[in-house]
Amino acid sequence: MPFGQGRSGGGGGGGRGSSRDKKPGDKEKGQRRTLFRRRKVCKFCADKIDDINYKDVKLIGPFVPERGKILPRRISGTCAMHQRKLQTAIKRARQIALIPYVTD
Amino acid sequence: MADRQYELVYILPPDTTEQQVTELHGQVEAVVTRMNGQIATTENWGRKRLAYEIGHNKEGFYVLQVINGSGELMKELDRRLKVMDIVIRHMVVRVDEEKKVVERTGTKRRTESERRRVKRGLPPQRQPGEGRPAGEPDEGEDDRFDGVEV
Repeated sequence: MPFGQGRSGGGGGGGRGSSRDKKPGDKEKGQRRTLFRRRKVCKFCADKIDDINYKDVKLIGPFVPERGKILPRRISGTCAMHQRKLQTAIKRARQIALIPYVTD
Repeated sequence: MADRQYELVYILPPDTTEQQVTELHGQVEAVVTRMNGQIATTENWGRKRLAYEIGHNKEGFYVLQVINGSGELMKELDRRLKVMDIVIRHMVVRVDEEKKVVERTGTKRRTESERRRVKRGLPPQRQPGEGRPAGEPDEGEDDRFDGVEV
């Protein structure tokens, strides 16, 4: 499998499934494609959440992994607008000790 | 100028007495009323575990107050809270503008969906039993966090 091609499909963070399907020579990968489905959707757009509040730890929690860092967009699939709102919310929540700055 | 809305959160050590809490509330209220503001709501979140230690405290007593007032008022309040020993952490956040934006996007979404539904010849509101039931994940949960590519 051409390695470079495989990466260019998903490396950009978007990873449209449809464009991938139309690619010629994709047939022999038909079996494997199910392995790495990458249709990442912004959680907040999907659930129609407008307000990302710093008080809502349950909402923010999944975007702060064990280490305490903010989960990057390229992994979570959050859209730019919501990532920005999430960022302020996380930083505020950290200030009032709802979320840790660091954990080790 | 129209009043702005702020949220004030402060954390007290877990061993504070009722009396100290009411005293502090009185002080905050005095500052707010003196500078022509008003406290819209007061919420006690109660004792909570802190995510990290603040001055050897592992737990804290959270209080949230929504205050309508001017910037000068919050500045003064901030200054005073900084000085107080009893408050181990506090934060002031302006909320009115964000609230407005959230409201606007909400109404925009609603009217837009109504418009589209009417265009399709449907009643403007979603009927019960229509569409995908809420809370049901759409085919497979591995949409997110699939990080590594093969």
